[in-house]
Amino acid sequence: MVSCKTIVAHLSEYLDGDATVEMRQKIERHLRGCRRCSAVYDSTRKMLVITGDERVFEVPTGFSERLHGFLDKMLSNSEEQ
Amino acid sequence: MMPSMEEEELAERSSEPVLIQRILAGERDLFHDLIRPYEHGAFLLAYSILRNHDDAEETVQQSMAKIFSHLVQLTERDKFKQWAMRVIENEAKMYRRKRRQHLYESLDQSSIEASDDKPFYPKQFADWRDLPSDAVEQKEVREAVAKALAELPDIYREVFALRDMQHLDVAETAEVLGIGESAVKTRLHRARLMLRESLTPMFAKPKVSVWERWKGSNPWLAAKR
Repeated sequence: MVSCKTIVAHLSEYLDGDATVEMRQKIERHLRGCRRCSAVYDSTRKMLVITGDERVFEVPTGFSERLHGFLDKMLSNSEEQ
Repeated sequence: MMPSMEEEELAERSSEPVLIQRILAGERDLFHDLIRPYEHGAFLLAYSILRNHDDAEETVQQSMAKIFSHLVQLTERDKFKQWAMRVIENEAKMYRRKRRQHLYESLDQSSIEASDDKPFYPKQFADWRDLPSDAVEQKEVREAVAKALAELPDIYREVFALRDMQHLDVAETAEVLGIGESAVKTRLHRARLMLRESLTPMFAKPKVSVWERWKGSNPWLAAKR
């Protein structure tokens, strides 16, 4: 049986689908039998769903309008030159 | 001149290089369209480095001006995103250096870099509850994530913002940050574990008391237990 430390160390690799076939099988076998590691795996997956959602990070109100206003000015200035 | 059918087809297939071509040929206003898909990510990246809304916004504006004036130098036009993010990353770091000179010498980065190799092992093992797909629309969820991100050391936050929030791949992230792919993987792994750790209290399944459990279940079954 692979140790919990080894499983945790390879967790990202496994989540990204980069683990070798052998490691993947070891991890899956371990997760079935280890409550702690399966909690870490499952919560990391859930965390990635939340943080991967663009809506989780808000830009300040009016950011986009100010940016494009700034660009408008810049573009018309550079045209004059 | 009206674009021909073929040109329109080409625009469909690879609109970004075509947009760049048209901007350079004089249709400057198309620059708005070119950067629109990236403004959110640009702000996120600048903010992840500067951790201040005003500084991040100013940096994004200055970076976009730079991106526009250097657009002609971009040789691989299908790599606009990586290139643009790299410009933003450099601008934000320059801004941070300038700001630090004015304020104070901030945390010694080397002490943080040194912890790169030390393995991180979780301490929180509570199960997370199932989160609805609109969980991110709750203010307290967004605030908890923002706080957890802010607490991450810079080198981990940058990698996480690019890889797991903006969904760049490992090679693209390495290119933007000017670091090796193995450093991206190590830092990303560490960032994920640290974020999971600090968010676990917020998202853990509530501990159910004996009374609650009894109330929620069939009293006859509960009695048999």
